[in-house]
Amino acid sequence: MDFSGFLNNLTPATGFFYFLSFLTILTGLMVVLSKNPIHSVLYLIATFFCLSGHYVLLNAQFLAAVNIIVYAGAIMVLFLFVIMFLNLKQEDEESKTNLTKIAAMVTGGTLFLIFVAVFRKTQFGAFNAYSFDSQVGMVESLGEVLYKDYLLPFELASILFLVAMIGAVMLGRREAGDRHF
Amino acid sequence: MFPLATPSIPDVVQSIPLQNYVLLATTLFIIGIVGVLTRRNALIIFMSIELMLNAVNLLLIAFSTYKSDPVGQVFVFFIMAVAAAEVAVGLAIIVMIYRNTRTIDIGFLNKLKW
Repeated sequence: MDFSGFLNNLTPATGFFYFLSFLTILTGLMVVLSKNPIHSVLYLIATFFCLSGHYVLLNAQFLAAVNIIVYAGAIMVLFLFVIMFLNLKQEDEESKTNLTKIAAMVTGGTLFLIFVAVFRKTQFGAFNAYSFDSQVGMVESLGEVLYKDYLLPFELASILFLVAMIGAVMLGRREAGDRHF
Repeated sequence: MFPLATPSIPDVVQSIPLQNYVLLATTLFIIGIVGVLTRRNALIIFMSIELMLNAVNLLLIAFSTYKSDPVGQVFVFFIMAVAAAEVAVGLAIIVMIYRNTRTIDIGFLNKLKW
């Protein structure tokens, strides 16, 4: 596809898709590249907002809202708490050798090439315009599937949360001989 | 009063091939892998893992929308629940490591190799 033809075919939705994809990858890269952990957390929050934008474009409104509430709202606040709690001022001696970094880059690049090579030959199939249901991502249809077919996993998730809560409290408890922060 | 017409197929589904979403998710996943391999700060490694989880979520939602199958989105919901539990326990472990060693550089945890 040549570039001018690409620009002519750009509708607002597709233009928004490419812009959002670019932003997602950029902020994702900045999470890994930035030296300060607080900047990393902020870039990760930006990545989650971009991904929520993707979910809205894909008509998955419920998961877009849940993504913002759970990830950007709860998980990232937990990260920020821990970072500020630990007071990581002297955290700039990233002492991994250049050899390790180059090896990691080569590994990542090779994996990416393998994936792309696989996807070039894969046939994903187009959407079926006749049986397409645009209401799939709404609360109604998801709730029906979740509370009818997946009721047991849903209840088990609550046990998982209970165990995680007890585990976090057990791990975070200060023991008798422990030193203070 | 006419019944509300069901909204038509979204623009993005019509004009963006599914392959683009697969490539975007792959790129995010690779960024996460490179982050885990290159950084030594345990918190940033943890964030890279979150990035990988979100790449998989995006892939599941894209397939679920293109194939009109709600089960993929229910699965993403469960992945988010598990990720929240995982973060709570993982951060508690990191805080405990910091309390005992005064650092969260994973280079100091090399006894875990054996």
